[in-house]
Amino acid sequence: MSAALLIDILLWGSVLGVGLIAFRRGPPVFKASLREGSMDFINIVPRIALGVIGSGYIAAIIPQELITGWLGPDSSWLGVATAVLAGAATPGGPVIGFSIGTVALKSGGGVPQVVAYVVAWALFAFQRVILWEIPFMPARFVWFRCAVSVPFPFVAAAIAMLIGKP
Amino acid sequence: MRKPIGWSTIIIAILVAVSAVLVWRRDGADGVLDILTHDLSLFGGILPRVLAGCLLGAFISEILPHEKVSRSLGPKSGLMGLLIGTAFGAILPGGPFTAYPVASALLAVGADFGATIAMVVSWTLIGYGRAVAWEIPIMGTDFTLWRIVISLPLPVLAGALGRFVYVRLYPKPLAKDDEN
Repeated sequence: MSAALLIDILLWGSVLGVGLIAFRRGPPVFKASLREGSMDFINIVPRIALGVIGSGYIAAIIPQELITGWLGPDSSWLGVATAVLAGAATPGGPVIGFSIGTVALKSGGGVPQVVAYVVAWALFAFQRVILWEIPFMPARFVWFRCAVSVPFPFVAAAIAMLIGKP
Repeated sequence: MRKPIGWSTIIIAILVAVSAVLVWRRDGADGVLDILTHDLSLFGGILPRVLAGCLLGAFISEILPHEKVSRSLGPKSGLMGLLIGTAFGAILPGGPFTAYPVASALLAVGADFGATIAMVVSWTLIGYGRAVAWEIPIMGTDFTLWRIVISLPLPVLAGALGRFVYVRLYPKPLAKDDEN
């Protein structure tokens, strides 16, 4: 069974589960939330469309060499800072992000810098923020969360320097 | 959830338009069309999951007891609220199409920014989904486990920082659907 199929089964299984709980609270509750969910979907579709199609264009104008160049073997805090920028600017999904991290490790990138890169990518890679977080969540929350997340790739790098290599 | 068009959407739209023009100047109309067709098929593929995410969020905000949520995840929930948010984010199954609608539902029924930040950050940093599916195969088990151990304190710290900043930025609660 493929991972995608498993995810879909899990996802629709959860929908069915909570839907059933709502239904047992009474059909009006069920109908109201069904209507609410469908309205959310209709409202979100244009934003997701903009995110999916748009981030493809943004990704196309970011040169890959730029990202990998930012993750060179600079072992200073400046290296950590450029790694954080690289993480935020990395286009594409997890395969690209983690592959760049692996290449950086193999080509002499410092471990704290790669940790900072992976953590920054997980926290605020622009494509996930545009594509998923902004459409689904209040924009004020998203910007706020990204802003308070900024120190944490640096914290992760500092912990990595303290406790040493894996 | 949100109004269909807000400042964020407008800024993204401008960014996208500029990028599309740059792609067009570099690769011509074919380059623009290539990306468009690829991304349209991607878009079609994720639509059902987006629908599932929206339904999940709507059902959850309907069935969750609001007083209980605001007690255990609200502004006064303390460290315990941040820990619950963290634990919840770490065990939440699925991808972004479940995490963000559920986080949005929690916000709507009384969780504060701090606990919700802890949940989202925990999902993205110590959630097992992405680690098992992508990080371990690509970066290796040693690096991944070590990176997760380093990340363990971060969701609570991020949630605490979020709460700390939030009460100083917004001493009075704003309207729920305020955009900016």
